[in-house]
Amino acid sequence: MANLHIVLPGLDLKNPVMPASGTFGYGQEFKEFYDLNKLGSISIKGTTREKRYGNPLPRIAEGPAGLLNAIGLQNPGVEHVVQYELPELAKIFNGKVLGNMGGHSFEDYVETAAILSKAENVGALELNISCPNVKEGGMQFGTDPATAARVTREVKAVSSKPVYVKLSPNVTDIVAMAKAVEEAGADGISMINTLVGMRFDLKTGRPIIANKTGGYSGPAILPIALRMVYQVSQAVDIPVIGMGGISSGRDAIEMMIAGASAVEVGCANLIDPYACPKIIEEMNDWLDEMGIDDIHDIIGLSHKY
Amino acid sequence: MANQTFMKVLSNKELIKDVYEMVVEGDTSAITTPGQFVNIKLNKYQEPYLRRPMSICDYDDHTLTMIYKVVGTGTKLLSEIRPGHKMDMLTGLGNGFVYQNERSALLIGGGLGLPPLYKLAKELLKKDVEVKLVVGFASKKDAFYLEEFQQLCPVYVATMDGTLGTKGTVIDAINEYNLSYEHYYACGPLPMLKALAKFDEQHGSLSYEARMGCGFGACMGCSMEMKDGSSKRVCLEGPVFASSEVKIDG
Repeated sequence: MANLHIVLPGLDLKNPVMPASGTFGYGQEFKEFYDLNKLGSISIKGTTREKRYGNPLPRIAEGPAGLLNAIGLQNPGVEHVVQYELPELAKIFNGKVLGNMGGHSFEDYVETAAILSKAENVGALELNISCPNVKEGGMQFGTDPATAARVTREVKAVSSKPVYVKLSPNVTDIVAMAKAVEEAGADGISMINTLVGMRFDLKTGRPIIANKTGGYSGPAILPIALRMVYQVSQAVDIPVIGMGGISSGRDAIEMMIAGASAVEVGCANLIDPYACPKIIEEMNDWLDEMGIDDIHDIIGLSHKY
Repeated sequence: MANQTFMKVLSNKELIKDVYEMVVEGDTSAITTPGQFVNIKLNKYQEPYLRRPMSICDYDDHTLTMIYKVVGTGTKLLSEIRPGHKMDMLTGLGNGFVYQNERSALLIGGGLGLPPLYKLAKELLKKDVEVKLVVGFASKKDAFYLEEFQQLCPVYVATMDGTLGTKGTVIDAINEYNLSYEHYYACGPLPMLKALAKFDEQHGSLSYEARMGCGFGACMGCSMEMKDGSSKRVCLEGPVFASSEVKIDG
């Protein structure tokens, strides 16, 4: 059994595996399946200043080895999350969680961050500047380096906890985005969010997703995520939490070899509710097979190439 | 409570063109009410990626029966599965039909919405409820499971082209035969459910379907806005909703 313990700003992880935001709700739907304390941490369903109903149905379509979604940040609003969801989550998960949050204006981000960062079991914020599914925002903050830097700086100024910025892959130069948020004071980066995609109905020509476009994720995007994590983790000095298509221990190990200090698992939770604990076990098996006794030894192992 | 289990396929036969009945054997303990559903991983690979939600036509302590129509790659694959194959299934998903203490019930099925009403009919009959079924199909050639239902209760059929029973919708059949009930239970396409909620807003239980990401409440992919402004997930709070709580328009 290798040492899987990882310490990151605001997060003390017994293992580097966390369910990704939006695929795990606020934990309640998974407590029937397994003890959540098996997890390193949890990135909560993204919250916003006000309650959001989300997008009309259909919100879901499928692609080769992937899921296209446009939920639209449906959530009960940050106050409800802090008053109700996070205390309920604390009853079933002992550790600190990543407080994922979005917004559609600078004020929105700042106000939400101030409230969310005060929650006792939030170890760090995860700033979603990359949601492709809300018209007025999210992604616009994540596609321009100056805007991303400004939102990071303003959130950092009010947050009582470390701040991770979640980057969008829908940019020409993700390294420039990463450097911009690092310079603005981000404590870490999480990446990647979904890739913007579409599917169409053959009979009518109508987009299957009511929002027309959605975010694509799942095993199909793993190589893209690996490439981006490989590039970004070498360009910045803050830790990178890697995600995008991880569905096995092998994938998670590969993400850390690419340069991630921890991983988030998204879609896989939806297909197999036991995905995260299975991945943790499989990581252990892989490390044993590789003759590695400390997970730190594989982080960025690829960077010499 | 949802449960992941591997179930062995006992049979998988074509009832009418493209409509199949599959019987599987295994742990059915998580299924507690008619109208709940299962979510099937069709193979161990990443393609097709998502599970396929499927209504439960009938179940007992060790088998369950599903009826499905081949409409795409997933259901095509399902139709090719041979007896003996073990399928990865999440069972006991959602909230099914809840008995409303009525003495007479009208079950209303539309096309492939018919199957879950079969177990419901059996359960209501056990409670000495007077049960009638009205079912709508596009055409006579699309009709299935009528004999099975006829062994349980009176059956009234409507077809859009008039090739079997009443020409028109299930509501046309209800009116033609003046079918009375204290409570109705319906499963079928969205336009049918909306029409029924308008037809009788107060006395119905409506079973919805939706494209789902997970089937157990995690992804919010199937959330519907309700009349009171709240949102409910078809997979977790549903798939059965009261006719009085759903939005009729929009």
